[in-house]
Amino acid sequence: MAQRSAGQGDQRGIRTVPYDLVRELAIAAAVSLVLILALAVAFSSPDVPSVTIQSWSKSDPVDFVTTANDELAGASATANYGPPYNNGSNAVQSIGPVSPQAWGGVHATVDQPHDFVINPLKQAAGNDSKLGDDVNVYESASAGQRAKWHDAYADALQKATVDGSQLTVATGDYGPVPEMLNRLLQLAQTGALDGLLISSNHFYQTDYTKPLLFMNDGGYLAGLAGDQHLTGSQWGMMNETGLYPGQTWLWLYTLWYQLPPFNSAWASVTDLLVVLMMVVLTLLLALVPFVPGLRDIPRWIPVYRLIWRRYYREA
Amino acid sequence: MSTNSGDQSRGSWTAATRGQLERRLPWDNLLPDRQPYWVGSWVYVFGVVTIAALAWVVASGVILALFGPQWWHLSRAGRFFNSLHSWSVQVFFVFMVLHLWGQYFMASWREGRAPTWMIGVVTFAVSIGSAFTGYLSQQNFDAQWIAVNAKDAINSTGVGGFFNVLNFGQMYGLHVMLLPIGMVLLVALHVIQVRMKGVVPPIGRLSQPDVTREMTEK
Amino acid sequence: MDQPAGYLHAGFILISWPNLFLIGIMLVIFALALLLPFPGHAADDQTEKKS
Repeated sequence: MAQRSAGQGDQRGIRTVPYDLVRELAIAAAVSLVLILALAVAFSSPDVPSVTIQSWSKSDPVDFVTTANDELAGASATANYGPPYNNGSNAVQSIGPVSPQAWGGVHATVDQPHDFVINPLKQAAGNDSKLGDDVNVYESASAGQRAKWHDAYADALQKATVDGSQLTVATGDYGPVPEMLNRLLQLAQTGALDGLLISSNHFYQTDYTKPLLFMNDGGYLAGLAGDQHLTGSQWGMMNETGLYPGQTWLWLYTLWYQLPPFNSAWASVTDLLVVLMMVVLTLLLALVPFVPGLRDIPRWIPVYRLIWRRYYREA
Repeated sequence: MSTNSGDQSRGSWTAATRGQLERRLPWDNLLPDRQPYWVGSWVYVFGVVTIAALAWVVASGVILALFGPQWWHLSRAGRFFNSLHSWSVQVFFVFMVLHLWGQYFMASWREGRAPTWMIGVVTFAVSIGSAFTGYLSQQNFDAQWIAVNAKDAINSTGVGGFFNVLNFGQMYGLHVMLLPIGMVLLVALHVIQVRMKGVVPPIGRLSQPDVTREMTEK
Repeated sequence: MDQPAGYLHAGFILISWPNLFLIGIMLVIFALALLLPFPGHAADDQTEKKS
């Protein structure tokens, strides 16, 4: 019933002073807007263009073909990843019997040999009967035979030479693999593979799982990231391209990745451990009011005496 | 139907709801024009600056959403609004963390204010999620790199088949609609909690009788 | 602004100068907020005491 609003449940007996909350918000809005405008005008924002299958295959054709060879062989990192993409086990993280990743199951299926190589080639084959024959020969061969071709070609690629969109390797028995992959390289370098990887069967698409997994299996993307200090072992989670500040609030999240045993003995399960750790720490932060010790630090480190110095002077 | 508070329709849920709101958060408490005299430090300003920054994040985000996710790559005006958006996010996080430090050292959870603190922590966590989906929505190299790395952490928790960081459409939808709604609701709840309980008294101040409860128990 | 940033490498800590600068600014702002006097309402205080 006070004419001037004492607010705060009308804490009687407490001396109050005028305090204009709305004006404070207005001033805060104006000052912060000026600051933000100044920062935007002075520094703009970063926009390093995306890597495409096309730009990758043009910049580093050997890396592209080496990766494509692995994908076709079903031997790439993501081809053996595990859930949610497939039933591999390379990247399945578990702590003893606890494996949420395995429990999650395969719900974003990717079939690397077909999705990344064979299907795009078949779609592009069109009237190219030679390519069609090569793919048929490949598909008809036994798994053992294919593995031999892939292993031999992988070795040979380490000494490959490049001429435009043609890779040349030492002679050997690689079956139809070099022809298939050279054709894939052509598709990649013309930009067609970017489209083929995304648009299979439907027109509208927002899911870039396939091209991103394909790129991630190669070394090119990681090389660019390393140049910008964005990789995991470089505290990359906190960083931004160029001279811009990054996500500094992720400092504690990325800190664990820099420390043993997270980056050594436990390296195969680091992600799961860090996620669990951060969930626990966030819960702990939320429960600070109830945790003895943590809730007493403000009394032990009396920053409050500065904040309320007027009150303590008068009390 | 009677509109006098002392003469409510029996069994009316509407009247009961109105009564609860009147008791817990009288209109005067929502926008008080006075504060206890101990509210006199620049540390108290961090919260309102955080809210102001969030307002600019949302406003610039609305413009970006209006023109679509590719606009900022294609036009100078788009790039400018993207810059406003990304710098206001930086200002938001700077002042939110300063606000966290300030409230921690004031032990602002005292005297029944633990829920305020906890909602604050939840808001912090949700804002990190919002920023994360925002970085994934940039459609540039940074977004690609963040996506292919974050997938391992998400996959390790078992939700990778549902929450697919490589799916731009999903991340963008979360970023422009679901998470902003969540953020605004959480911040509103947080501020209402502060208004309901009042600003926490200085450490060591003798407890006042809880007059808020007295008022509500009338 | 698009050139790669420089980094401070101290032990296992590796932080970009922009990030370090931002954190430094935060500490400065916090310290200033603690130390700078906040505009008071002495005149209104008097009024309050009397009532």
